[in-house]
Formats: sequence, structure tokens, C-alpha cells
Amino acid sequence: MDTIKTTCPYCGVGCGISAQADAATRQVKISGDMSHPANFGRLCAKGLALGETLELQGRLLSPLCHGQQSTWEAALNLVADTFNQTIAEYGADSVAIYGSGQLLTEDYYVANKLMKGFIGSGNMDTNSRLCMSSSVAGHKRAFGSDTVPGCYEDFELAGLVILIGSNAAWCHPVIFQRLRAAKLANSDLKIVVIDPRRTASCDIADLHLAIASSSDALLFNGLLQYLHDHDAVNSRYIQDHTEGYTQALPDIGHDYLSQAAQLCGLPPQQLETFYQWFAETDNTMSLYSQGINQSTSGTDKVNAIINCHLATGRIGRPGMGPFSLTGQPNAMGGREVGGLSHQLAAHMDFSNPEDVGRVARFWQTENIAQKQGYPAVELFDAMAEGKIKAVWIMGTNPVVSLPNADKVKQALQNCPFVVVSDCIAETDTTALAHVLLPAQGWSEKDGTVTNSERRISRQRPLLPPSGEAKPDWWIICQVARRMGFAQAFAYENPGQIFQEHAALSGFENDGQRDFDISGLAGLSPDGYAQLTPTQWPVNARHPQGTARLFANGQFFTASAKAQFVPVTPQTPANLPDGAFPLVLNTGRTRDQWHTMTRTAIAPVLNRHKPEPYVEIHPDDAARHHLQANGLATLTSHWGRMVARVRIDAGQKPGNIFVPMHWSGQYASQGRMGALVNPCVDPVSKQPESKHTPADICPYQPAWQGFVLTRQPLAKIPADYWVKIKHQDYFQYELAGNNLAETWQTLARSDFSGASGSVQWLHYEDAAAGHFRAAAIVCGQLRYVVSLAPDQGLPPRHWLGHVFAQTKITAAERKALLSGIAPPDTDDAGEVVCVCFNVGANTIKAAIRGQGLKTPQEVGRCLQAGTGCGSCLPEIRAMLPLSS
Amino acid sequence: MNGSCTEKMRLVVIGNGMAGLRTVEELLACAPDRYEITVFGAEPYGNYNRILLSAVLCGEKQLADIFINTRQWYADNGITLHAGADKAVARIDRARRQVLAEDGTVADYDRLLIATGSDAIKMAIPGHDYVGVNTFRTIADVNAMLAYATPGKQALVLGGGLLGLEAANGLSQCGMTVTVIHNHADLLNKQLDSSASKLLQAELERRGVQFKMQARLQGLVGDGGQHVRAAQFDDGTALACDLFVMAIGVQPNITVAKAAGLACARGIIVNDAMQTSDAWVYAVGECVEHRGNTFGLVAPLYGQAKVCAQHLAGHSTAQFVNPPMATKLKVSGIKLFSVGDFQGNDQAEHIFFTDPVQGIYKKLVVKANQLVGAVLYGDTADSAWYQELVEQQVNVTPIRDRIIFGKA
Repeated sequence: MDTIKTTCPYCGVGCGISAQADAATRQVKISGDMSHPANFGRLCAKGLALGETLELQGRLLSPLCHGQQSTWEAALNLVADTFNQTIAEYGADSVAIYGSGQLLTEDYYVANKLMKGFIGSGNMDTNSRLCMSSSVAGHKRAFGSDTVPGCYEDFELAGLVILIGSNAAWCHPVIFQRLRAAKLANSDLKIVVIDPRRTASCDIADLHLAIASSSDALLFNGLLQYLHDHDAVNSRYIQDHTEGYTQALPDIGHDYLSQAAQLCGLPPQQLETFYQWFAETDNTMSLYSQGINQSTSGTDKVNAIINCHLATGRIGRPGMGPFSLTGQPNAMGGREVGGLSHQLAAHMDFSNPEDVGRVARFWQTENIAQKQGYPAVELFDAMAEGKIKAVWIMGTNPVVSLPNADKVKQALQNCPFVVVSDCIAETDTTALAHVLLPAQGWSEKDGTVTNSERRISRQRPLLPPSGEAKPDWWIICQVARRMGFAQAFAYENPGQIFQEHAALSGFENDGQRDFDISGLAGLSPDGYAQLTPTQWPVNARHPQGTARLFANGQFFTASAKAQFVPVTPQTPANLPDGAFPLVLNTGRTRDQWHTMTRTAIAPVLNRHKPEPYVEIHPDDAARHHLQANGLATLTSHWGRMVARVRIDAGQKPGNIFVPMHWSGQYASQGRMGALVNPCVDPVSKQPESKHTPADICPYQPAWQGFVLTRQPLAKIPADYWVKIKHQDYFQYELAGNNLAETWQTLARSDFSGASGSVQWLHYEDAAAGHFRAAAIVCGQLRYVVSLAPDQGLPPRHWLGHVFAQTKITAAERKALLSGIAPPDTDDAGEVVCVCFNVGANTIKAAIRGQGLKTPQEVGRCLQAGTGCGSCLPEIRAMLPLSS
Repeated sequence: MNGSCTEKMRLVVIGNGMAGLRTVEELLACAPDRYEITVFGAEPYGNYNRILLSAVLCGEKQLADIFINTRQWYADNGITLHAGADKAVARIDRARRQVLAEDGTVADYDRLLIATGSDAIKMAIPGHDYVGVNTFRTIADVNAMLAYATPGKQALVLGGGLLGLEAANGLSQCGMTVTVIHNHADLLNKQLDSSASKLLQAELERRGVQFKMQARLQGLVGDGGQHVRAAQFDDGTALACDLFVMAIGVQPNITVAKAAGLACARGIIVNDAMQTSDAWVYAVGECVEHRGNTFGLVAPLYGQAKVCAQHLAGHSTAQFVNPPMATKLKVSGIKLFSVGDFQGNDQAEHIFFTDPVQGIYKKLVVKANQLVGAVLYGDTADSAWYQELVEQQVNVTPIRDRIIFGKA
């Protein structure tokens, strides 16, 4: 089998993958690409499990119009005609495209070109708005361009790495692996984590600043003042290469350190230690992510960080600089093509009239949009108001991911024409579509993506398309042609689109714009096919690409000087009050991606955090009468959700955290988007997803339970349910308000067809409200149901193993309904190390039995933690207290 | 009496059965030199394990296998044994502290132990004295039944209790066609709940035993030779038979005790020290009545023997506590067990486990957070643990949802 090099479709690290595919069986063997500079062979659990996500089950395999299977011809015509009619009747601004950082650059380019260049509206925005638009805005204000100055190698060359609002251990695991390795190799390397939560990333931190939610700007303003007061600034650099330093110095008096400490909720000594480290370490990297960006003052926070780097001249040189870790595999590519509604194309914006003319000339269009369109939140607001009459959503799930998501759902329900292109048939968003267009998925698509360090890599097809699925670029071009723009969308392959995209980046550029890949504009089809990972700019001056920018102190502002931005720290838009006393924070878990449409297909990825949960400090849990592992209702002014309570002292008092992933496909009440306030940064329009006032109280159902079943349930008569796919079975966690008697009949009725061969086991303690049953068919476990009035349910993991068995021993049969393995049965426990499938019981036994003392010893003994390494914090927690 | 320097006291035991002799054994163990012991027995052998008569009936054991003590053992331990029908005790003279046998044998006592056991109840229906109508209590009964036990012959067993089912199973194993006649809808209705009972009946039916349930027996029909030939029922039906076994229970044998003026109700009344109303007279076994209870199973009898022996040894404050009743049916391949209050009442809470295909049924009864009873059918592996939990009145709340799956 040939080895094909491609790129991981998940986070913004953009890891290279070496894949071997068998088209006949759709089996794909995944390993890290040793030669890819993003990961040098490393992969995280999600990347390693890609092969498990490629099944045809659940894929959207043919176009659907109004729920009916359709031909491509009819579906494309319907989309083109309806868009044209809508534009004719209501104007170009009555239609919109809402794209995704999952789109390839070529897909993105033609979508943007269609909307902004030919339909003539700015209404092309993307889910990247939710992710790093504050970084884009901050970069633009400071550098005059949306430029990430450094590269991943800088993390390894740094003496101080600051992770700000970033749980890289879970969200950018390979970056974290590189940091961990760098820390092991260089004991002088200091790592500081700035995050209200004590996250898994603190595992390698020398200092964790558990700052008050959203107090980052205070902290970095204080740092700027500290640097100034301690003569730690680079006056020469400030003089030669920047503007606005004095104005940016916060007017905060001499007592600012204790003030900042107080406002940030930190001990002053801790803050001073951090300031001191920053002051004395030239090679300092500031990595930041959604904790900074997702804020109504996110752009200011970005600039508060950049200010400190400008003041010390630490930018553009090896081992130093501000560094935005992007969320999605092609968030950067989307920015390159102008996928955000205020952008035009190729790092040109509506704000510059010359840019508008330039792009129109290049595209040879007379219909170019003249002004920016709606950014994401406003787009759906406008839809709710009836201003958007037709929308095309590509590769994203806004009903789950946008703030105030119930309103988004309503807006889509009321929108006269909703088109969704996706590779997955059933999502919360596809459920609302009038037209569904089957897009090719990862492993089928062909194009490029750009990662957080500006590195363009190829995604290459490994398998033939599923069903009638088509590339997104093809779908868009087909609609564009049918709308009357045949000439401008005559591409025959993604290479041609890339060529044009590259040419546009160099068009009338002359060094005016950072994004310039004109060096790739002449790429032959073969050159495109063979393209190796390259960092932009790639042009005549830098034909091999560019690792770092700004080393020469030249920026893309009018004066060529970087700009300090005075930052006045702001409180979040909505503050906790009596009714909503807690701050709701949201974010990723380690093993899921976005709305789980793909990662939840891989059983191995559903083990780490199988259920929507809320993390809460023990004091808050007590105050709100919550019990560990109980259920809780979370409410905000905007909506509600139900989640499993995880009491965690690492959570800051007053703050709660919920994962962002669960959709209506996998949980009945797990959509955190319903709660999140739809307040946006005034500059970047990025929503404040990290800070919503919320309340929490126990969710007290009449019963709780679970079902494990080889076949998915046809209907789930429970108010609360979570569906979890495992290797051999589906797990449903359940709770309900009505009496559970229905389950007893359901358990039997599910098998009415095969009653003769079904062997039932029953357990019942009616007084205690416990009911359990198991069905064995042909000697194999087929179904287990367990109900209780509370959480007093048997453990699930051993039962899960029994589903894999072809025979059940008498002792196992007897123990089935207890959920506890009979003595002398191997029960590895909950999986901790996903990469090597090592369970908690196995690890604990080895620690006890062999006296293991460090995670390294555990790794040598069991391999646990030696793969992606993201379970190391959990392994460390199992070790005796000494470590 | 024997002229030794220290006068031994004289202990006379009436009854050579399991309870009496266990008491003697316990006594020998704790006070070997205290008594000169004399034992009267109405059966002409040393004592034997009555419980194993079922095993003898179905051919799993030989008679020789079930003897506990040979005559030699009595001799070796200096015990005088008077065994046989003529040695049956006729009366007790409490004034003279003497025991008199039918044949005139007299024994003086300082302490008397009555262990006369119980007699099988014979239902006084027409024809009950025909030849071929048997009880199931003694070696003689077993021998009589075995005389009929040839393939093709028909047996009727009256009583779906433990003894009746063991008799029925034994006779069936011998090749007889057996029908059990029971007056209740459920077999072992004093030992099992209805669900377990149904499983048991199904299993026995699978093995070839037939049942006539909720039957009202009218009388027996005999032939010219006064031999039983059939049973007739209220509903007008009749069942033919060659052998008719009555296994409808036992009653304490209190004839001698009552005649001697000892306080008796259903049994000989004893206190917690197993003393009768006469302080010199003790009683153990199926003949006694303790705090309103009479006894039919061996385990509490051994408990009585231990307490009684310690008091006879003269140095005890031991008290007999009647443990919850635990039942096992001695039919090989059938596992059933019950203990305590397994039916439960309104205040009781029931925990069930069923695996019908495997023929497993379990019910635990919980009252005020304590296990008070259990019925197990098909899997009795945890019976001892349940019995322990019932006896020790353990608060089972912490293990409640695991308890039915057995001791971890």
C-alpha cells in the first residue's frame, strides 16, 4: 500500500499524517508524519483515531431537497435558482454564506469569491469568528496585518513560555507534547499558565496564575508598567520600531502591583514572580488562545499582550513573541482568503477602498461587495429579524456552537431557505436544512490548509468519495455557474483555485501585504500535488517560505512601525448577580472535536469524557447543594442545559466550566451554546463564550439509569439522555421525571421480534426503586438496562467488556446485573491512556504492585502515557503523594 | 455405684436419636467424667443419621453409611445402651428419679434427658391402616418402602413438604411412578415462596414426578387383602397405587413426659437452658417446645444439644437462641434454600434476581434495613452468607444493591 502524506483535520496545530489506505475496506492506517515540521511524527489521540471515523454509517451520501433524495442537478439548480430569486427580490444582502475553519483553502476561496466578488454582498462569515477573530483584530491594530510573527520552533528555543487562556494539553496536544519535551530537555525553561482553571496544562507549569475570569488585560497592563518601572523595556526598539508607547502605559500609580494582584485575585508575590521572570527572560513566548479571544474585550487583551512584546522588542526573533494558537485546522487559511465578513480577500479588507478596487480588477467583476457583511452573531440576529432570506452553511453546526444557540435554531427555522453542505447526515443544523448537499469528508478531500504557524500543508485524498459526495469547491462552483458566473468559476481542480489564490496574494502587492504566496502561483499540477509544508510568505524574496516575520522591525502599518494600543481593562458584558451568581466558562475536552460529528464516531475517543459535565469548585458545589456525579441544571438568561457534576478544586470559586461539544445528536440537554451570552467584542465581533452569568441547581429526576445495547435505541423515553458509542455497543445515560416503569416494558418490547431466543435476566428492588435487566442472545450480551432513583447504578466498564465477548461464563452471567466483574476476572477499569488502551485499575495495580513512583516508570511498565501524553496529568494524580 | 472414690452422677437419656446423642457427645467433650450415662432407644441399633434416610431411599447411600455410633462406641465410652422395642421407656418416676422400660428395666438418674423426638403424623382417613400405607421416619419405614420400589409400580406420596418430596424423588429414582398429593397450590409452601415453588415443581416434573395439587384426600381404597390400592379425592377422581406414603409432618413425642407430669404444650416445654418444668429433667430435640416453637430441622437441635450439654456439665449460663429457620432440600441436583421470614409482610421490602433460562430465582426480604429472610432456587452458593446476615441482624444498607449477587 502507498503511504500518502496528508494533514490532520482537527486543531490548528496542523499535524502531518502518513496514511495507508485500503479503498476496498475503507481501512486507513494512521501515523504521524516524521518529516512534518508541525509534529515530527507526533499525533494526539484524536489524530491517531482518524481511521475509526471514516465509516459510511451516518454519512450524507446524496443530495436531499426538502427531505427527499435528489439528484445533484436538481439540488444545484434549486440552490442557484433560489439564491438568484432571493437576490432579485430582496437584494444581495438578503443571502449569506456561513463557512467553517474546516473548509480547505480552495473551498473557502471560491465561497468567498462567490459571495463577495459576484453576488456582491459581504455576508460571508465563518465559525472562525468564534475562535480567533480577536487575534486577527489585535494583529491588525498592532502590526497593520494579521500576522503570527513566530513559529512552533520558537517554543523550543524559549526560556519562558506563557500559556494564556490556553489549555494546550487538551486543545493543542501536540504543541503541548513539544513543550513538555522542551521542558524535559531544558531544565531552565520556565512555563507559566495563566488561566482561572487549574487545567491539565498546569502539569508542566512552574507557575499557575489562577486569575479572576477576564482579568487578563489588568495583568498585562500591570506587566507593561512593571517592565517600564524596572527598566526592562527596550527603549531603542520602542524608539525605532513602534509608536504610541507612552500612551499605552497604563495610568495606574505606583501601587499597581498590589492593585493588579487584588483585581486579578492573585497573591502579589505570585504576580511579581511572573513579572520578574518576564522582565529577565529575553526569549519569552506568549501563547494565547480562546481564553483571551472569546471576550467582549478580546482584541484589547491581545493587544495588552502584544504591547509587552513590543516594549521589550521581543518579536520576530527565535524563541520569542506573541503567538496565537488557532483553534481549527484551516482557520488561518480562512483568514488568508478573506473568509471573515469584514475581510475581502488575501489579507485585503473592505476598510481600504483601494483593496476593493484591486480585488475587483483581479477577479474581473463589476459586482464586488463594497462593504463588510454580518459577522456570525449579527448574521443570525439578522436572520431572526427576517433580513436573511437564504443562507448556505458549510461544514459547521451553528445550532450547537453559536452563543444563544436556541435563538440561532429559531432563526434557521424561520429562514425561508437553508442550504447545508456537510459530510454528516444528521446534525442539529442539517435537521433544519431545506437542501442538504453531501460534501466529501477528510480522507476524500483534496486541497490545502494553513496551520497556526502560517504553514501551508496539503490534505490529500486517501479514499474514493462516499456515495455521491463532492468536494466543497466543486459544489460552490457548480452553484456559481448556475447563478450566471460560469466564467469566474470554471475551475476543474483545486490546484487551479490555489494558483489563483496565490496569484491574488501577490497581485499589486509589492511588499504591502504580509500574505504573499505569489511564489506558489506558478505551481504546476505536479508541483501542487507534491507541495511540501511551507510557511508563508512565499515570494521572490523568500522562495522557500518564511519562519519568522518582523525581525527587521518593519511592519505593515502606514509608518511601518508597530503600534502600541492603549488598553483600558473592561469587565465582561454581563456580570454575575443574585439570579445568576456564577461565571460560566466553556471549552474543549481532550478527545472530542467541536460538535462531535466525527470524533464521537470513534469509540476510543468517547472514553475520556463520555458525558456532558460541569466542573465546579467544592465550595460552590456545597453552596448549590450539588453532589459529585449528580446531575445539575445550568441556567442563564439565554437558556439551560443539564450536565453531570464534577467537583474539582482546580475550578476557581465562582466559576463553572462546561465542555462545548455536545449536540442534540448525542445528548438531550447538553448544548452549552444555549446558555452562552451573545455579546461580542466591539472590534473583532467575537462572542464572549468564556463568560456568561449562570446559575446552577441540582437536577432531581425521579429516576436515573443507563442502557447498554448492541443496536442503537429507536426511541429514548427519558428526559435526559446521553448517547455514547463504544466498540461493540452504545451506552445511554438516562434520567427522567416520570416513573421508569415504561423501561420495563420497553426493555422487553425492544426484543419482541426475537423473543424466543432472548434470555432475560432481571434484578428488582422495588422498595429501593432499582430495576435491572440484561438480555443474552446466542450466548452474547445484547442489552443491559439499569434504573435507580438516584446515582446508585452499577459501574459500566466491565459490562462494556462483556459486550466484546463471544461467550459469557456462569460466574459472569451471575455478576452481570451487579456490573462488577467476578473475582479473578480482568477488569482494567476506565480507560486512562487512550493511545495504548490502559485502564485505571491496571495502572493503580502496577503502581501498588511494583512501587512505581513517576509517570515515566508507569510508562516503561505499561506504555501508558507514552503515546500522545495527554493522560500524564491523570497518571500523575494516581501516583503516591510524593510526586 | 461403681465404688469409685468420687461418686459420678447418673444421667439417663430417653431416646437414641440425633439430638440426644449429640448432647451426650457434647457432654463427653466438655465433662467426660461427670456422669454415668445410660441411654434408652426404641430402635434396635446404635444411633443413625435420620436425615440421610432420603439418600438411602434413592440409593445414593447404604444403610451402613448412615450410622453415627456403633454399639462398640457406647461401650468404649462407658455408656449403657438399652436399645429395641422392648427397651422403649414406659414411664418416668420423678419421685424416685427412675426410668422404667417396657421390659421392666429400671435406671436411676440424677439428671434425666428426654430426647424422644417426634412421630410421623398419620392422617386418620378411611383406609389409613391398610397394608402398604407407610410413613417416612425410620429405617424400618425405608425398608418397607424399598420393598415396593420396583419399576412400574405406583406410589402416592401425601405431602409436598421436604420429607414428602424427598420420598417422592427417592421412589421415583427407584423406578416407581410417583404422584405427590399436596393440599396447597405450592410445594414446600412453608419453605418457599410461590415463584420458587413453581420452579421446583417444574424441575421435579421434568424428572418424572407427577403432582396433584390443592388436593383433598377423601380416603384410601383397599383390596381384599386389606392392601391399599387407590386414593380417592373430593373431586371424584382417584389415583391407583401400590404404595401410599404419608409425609404430612411430625408431632413431638411427649407421651412419656406428659405422663410424668412435665409441663407440655405441643412439645415438652423447656427454658433457654433446655430444662423442663422439673429442674432435674432436661429435654432436647423435636420433642421440645421452646418459646412456642417446635423443631424439625437438625441445625437448631445441635444448638440445643450444645447448650444442654453445658448445663449438664454444670458450669454454664449458655442460653439457647432459636436461629432463623433455614431449609435445604436433599434432592441431588436441586438447589434450594430459604431462611427466616422469606415471605415478608407489608413492611417488608423484596429484592429479586431471576435468570429463568438458568432456572435461577432469588428473593431477599429486607425489613428495617436488615435482611430478615431469603429464598434461593437454582443457585444457593451464597446461602450461608445470607443466613449469617439474617442471624447477625446486619444493617445491609451499604451493600443493598450488591447483596443478591453474593459476597464480594
